[in-house]
Order: sequence, then C-alpha cells, then structure tokens
Amino acid sequence: MTEISILVLGIALLAATAWCPARATRMLGALLFGLVLGVVLRFALGVPVALVSALVAGLLTFRFFPLLVLRRVLFLVPALVLLIYATTLLMYRAPGNPFANERATTPQVEAALRAQYGVPKSASAFFGMYMRRLLVEGTLGPSIKVQGRTVEELIAPAFPVSVALGSLSLLLSVSLGLGLGVVAGLRRNTALDHLSMLLALIGVSLPNFVLGSAAMIVFALWFHWLPVAGWGTLRHVVMPAVALALPNAAIIARLARSGMIDVLQQDYIRTARAKGLPESWVVVRHALRGTLMPVVSFLGPAAAATMTGSFVVEVLFAVPGMGQWFVKGAINRDYSVVLGTAIVYFGLVILFNLLVDLAYAWLDPRLRSSGP
Amino acid sequence: MSKSPFQLAMQRLLHNRMAILGGLLLALIAFGCVFLPVLLKLDPNLTQPALRNQPPSARFLFGTDGLGRDLVARVLVGGRTSLLVGLAATAVSVLVGVAYGALAGFYGGKIDEAMMRLVDFMYGLPYMFLVILIMLMFSETARGDMLPVFLALGLVQWLTMARIVRGQVLALRRQEFVLAAELLGVSDARLLIRHVLPNVFGVIMVYATLMVPSVIILESFLSFLGLGVALSWGQLVSDGIAVINPIRSYWWILLWPSSFLGITLISLNFLGDGLRDALDPKGKT
Repeated sequence: MTEISILVLGIALLAATAWCPARATRMLGALLFGLVLGVVLRFALGVPVALVSALVAGLLTFRFFPLLVLRRVLFLVPALVLLIYATTLLMYRAPGNPFANERATTPQVEAALRAQYGVPKSASAFFGMYMRRLLVEGTLGPSIKVQGRTVEELIAPAFPVSVALGSLSLLLSVSLGLGLGVVAGLRRNTALDHLSMLLALIGVSLPNFVLGSAAMIVFALWFHWLPVAGWGTLRHVVMPAVALALPNAAIIARLARSGMIDVLQQDYIRTARAKGLPESWVVVRHALRGTLMPVVSFLGPAAAATMTGSFVVEVLFAVPGMGQWFVKGAINRDYSVVLGTAIVYFGLVILFNLLVDLAYAWLDPRLRSSGP
Repeated sequence: MSKSPFQLAMQRLLHNRMAILGGLLLALIAFGCVFLPVLLKLDPNLTQPALRNQPPSARFLFGTDGLGRDLVARVLVGGRTSLLVGLAATAVSVLVGVAYGALAGFYGGKIDEAMMRLVDFMYGLPYMFLVILIMLMFSETARGDMLPVFLALGLVQWLTMARIVRGQVLALRRQEFVLAAELLGVSDARLLIRHVLPNVFGVIMVYATLMVPSVIILESFLSFLGLGVALSWGQLVSDGIAVINPIRSYWWILLWPSSFLGITLISLNFLGDGLRDALDPKGKT
C-alpha cells in the first residue's frame, strides 16, 4: 500500500511542477539538465570532464534555452525516475518471479539467487538498489536469465539496430507523408486528393504486421527481390522500415493535408501572393512552415509509437533489435532486462520530445521567448 | 418544419457513400461473428488430424489450418474477441477520457494545466510498453478472461479523448447559456452533466468510433507477440504468418483473418471519418 501512495505522491509532485514560477523553473530545469549530463558523462569521460561540462551545460541552459524547453526538462527528468519506479511496481505485481522456473528451488537456493542477482523481495528495495547501482556504478546490472551477461552487454548490439530501423522509418514516414499530404492539400477535392486520402486511410487502418507479412510474401517469396527476414545488409532494412513507416506516414499525410488547407487561408499567404511571389515560392517558403507545425508535434508520439511498434516488426522480420529483449524479458520476468530496455526507450522518447520542443520553438516565432 | 442539427448530420452521413458502405460491411461482419457460429454449430477448436492444411473447398470454405481446424469457425469466433475487445476497451477509455477531460476543461486554469501536462507526457510514452506490463500483471488469470485486456487497452487509449473533450468543454464553459445556468445557482456537477456534456456528445461519438480500430490493432499486436488471452483475429494472422515458408504456400491460413481484420478496420475508419464530417462539417476538431 505504501508503494501505491509513493506513486500517487510522485504523480502529484509532477503535476505540481505546473505551479512552479518561471524563474524557479529556469533554475531547476538547468540544474536537472546539468545533473543528468554529469551522470551520463561521468562514466563515459571521467569525473573532472563530466563536472566541468555539466557546469557549463547547466549555465548555458539556464541562460539560453527557451523557457518552454526548461519547463519540459523540469517535468521529464523526475518523470523518468517515476516511470522506472512504476515499471518496477508493475513487474513485481506480475505473478511469478525470475526464479520460479528454476529446477528444485528451495527457499535457500532462491535466497542465494536473489542475493547474487540483486533481486530483493520487495519492489521498493529493488528500486532503491537498482537506482544506486545505476547512478553510482553506472551499470544496468546483470541479466537474470541470460547467464553471465550484463544488461548493457545485451542491449549494446541491439541498440544501434533499433535506432537505425526507427530513424529510417521515421524519415520515410515524414517524407512520404508530407509529400502526399502537401500535394493533397494543394489540389484539394481533386481525384489526386481523394486517392491519396484513400491510401492514407488504408495505411492508418492496417496493422503493420499484416502489411509486413503481405510484403514478405510478395517481395521475398514470389519475386525474390528482398530477403525474407534477418538483418545485415541494406536490403534487409527495406521491408521492416517500410512496414513500420506506413501507418505513421498515413497519419502525417492527413495532418499535413489539413495543415496545408488551413495555412493557405491565412492572411500572410494572401500577402505573399499579393506581393507577386511565384506560387511555388509561396508554398515552399511560407505555407510549408505552417504545415510542418502539426506534423512536428506529432513526431514526439510518433517516435514513441515507432520504437515500440517495432516490437512487432522486429519479431516478424527477425530483426535483432531491443524489442525482442523487452518482450523476452517481460515474459521471462527478467527484471533487469525489462528495466534496462525501459530506461533506454524512455530516455530516447524524452530526448525526442525535447528535440520536438526545440524544433517547435524554431518553427513558431511566437514561442521563442527566452526571457525569465 | 426546419430540421434539427442531428437530422442534418444524419442526412450528411447518408450522402457519404464510403461511410455507408463501411457501416454495412461492419454490420454484416458483426452479424456473422456473433450469430453464425451458433446457428451453424461451428467449433473453432475441433481438430481433424486427417484434414490438415486443406485448401478452401466446398466443405471448408476457408480451408483448414495445421491441426485440421475449420478456418470459417476460427475466423468468425476470433472476430467475436476482436470486436468485443474493441468495443469494451473503447468504453473504458471513453469513460476515463471524458471524465478527465471534462474536469480539466471545466475547472480550467492551473488545474487544467497540471492535468493536461500529465496527458501530454503520457501521450509521448511508448504505450505498447505499458500495455505489455499491465497485461503481465494479469497473466495468471484464467485464459479467456478478457477483463484485463479491456482495462489495459482502455487505460492507454483515453488520452486523445481527454484532450478533445477538454478542448470542447473549455470552449463551452464560456458560453452564455452555461454562465446563465451558473448564475441561477446550478451546482457544478449538474452544470457539467446537464448543460455542458450533452453538447460534446457528437464529438465523443466520432472519436469513440475512431478509437475502436486502434484498440483492435493493439489487441492484435498483443496476440501476435504471444500475450493475447483468447482466440482473436490477431492470433489467427500470427498463426498464418508462422506457416509462411518458401516451399509450400498455405496462403488461406493467412489471407482470411488478415482480410477480415483489414476490412473491419478500414470500415470502422470510413464510418468514423464520415461521422466526423457529418457532425462537424467545418472540421473544427
């Protein structure tokens, strides 16, 4: 029960950051940013370098970052800790434990195993130990199920795979979606518009593993153009990246279309046309910027969806990414693997949301206030 | 006699051919899934070892799978699960989302800011992650008990609903008729339930319709990853994917569940889009 109340208290504290005054937000946000950077760099570059760069980064952040971004930092860093705690609680609530399947588990053996892998009986104790290990020793801990390997050794080769797949598919979905959406918005109510919106609707509707398996049969088994599954060459990336990209591309196309239609009715577009600018210039230089806004704000959730949507695509195409470790870890109750992948995923998502905020401030001059 | 806004909306909906087609297909599929297995006494789990991997024929319209089970029965019964999960989880998320969004929009100010900040944050989370963790928590409840699925999926899907309802309520709160009711001394609860929420009903309907397909997709993901709890289209598709091999094609095992899943999802989206256009012609939301 105390665990639940800690969680509720944490959520309340998080919500309370909304009341934090601007100046305090600046200071705390910069402090947290410096702290996180310092902890990360300490293990990469050593204590002195980390200390100096954390200080410099903190001061720079304090002085130059938009308030919007600092407000986000102030919210996201504690949120990450809370998320790790919540994940721990959920795992411990799940029936079974990592040692339940071992043969001949006497209480003594289980106690010894728990001590060896650092898995206490209570979730809070595990959380405390895990955070200490993470911050002090800088390790994600040993995997409980994969003998003799630490979690970072498992994730290290999988991380670039997932990031490559995810970023490629995001890139694909943005370019495809923007292309379709902008054209549809410019040629509103024509056959081209209807066709691209029909395609977008189908893209939104179909789960990526249905699309992916169809592609697998057609392109790999019938025509032998692409390898069926696996990882290694560029040809292996094509189908998983496209399968992962299509649903997002469809949503982006719809957003871009309505954004385009919206923007074209704005006064500043009329002004640009009245100045006698060529239509292509009006579209590229003036309209596109406004169209990008809803698309950019969708990219945060889209990145999250792409990374976890990749669970399914990774399994389908036998891609050795992080998704398989998370799913396996969750099913086997390998607590440290689940938490390790969770931290990496959440970290990526948070990073991405911050980038989106920065891009937003750059796109919309009204948000670019760096005052106190 | 002039027409009410609702009648006008229905009229617009009836003129949208794709939405009507979607609605009809859905009705047909739902009818087939709910009633045909009972009427035709189909058993999705009856194995016939002599009749394994039969291609579609007059006896087995959709063919049989690797254990000799009739795919017509499996697809129809699996559809029950998918549709039920879609509806029930949507109901959960509508309840949570409307309550949350309405409170945030109604009280506004800092309360609204704090509440919506949480929503924004959760919106950015990898929701599959949470679903899988929540599903694990219930993983020892009896197979076939679907309440955990409804809860897990509903609890990650309410965010869009909360955002939309909040925006609408925020705008309605400042309208004269609400202020007038407030001046008359109507309590907050009554104000919200009797005066504000009825005006949001159309929007809720639209987004609930659009939420059903995304819930069905999520459930199919879970089934595909081996975390499903009952026979569903997602599980059947994943059975079909498992038998993909370069030597012999068992296309029917994959084709039928994929088509039913795909047609249902596309129809739901057509219907939802049609409803949105009909209820909100200017596309405000």
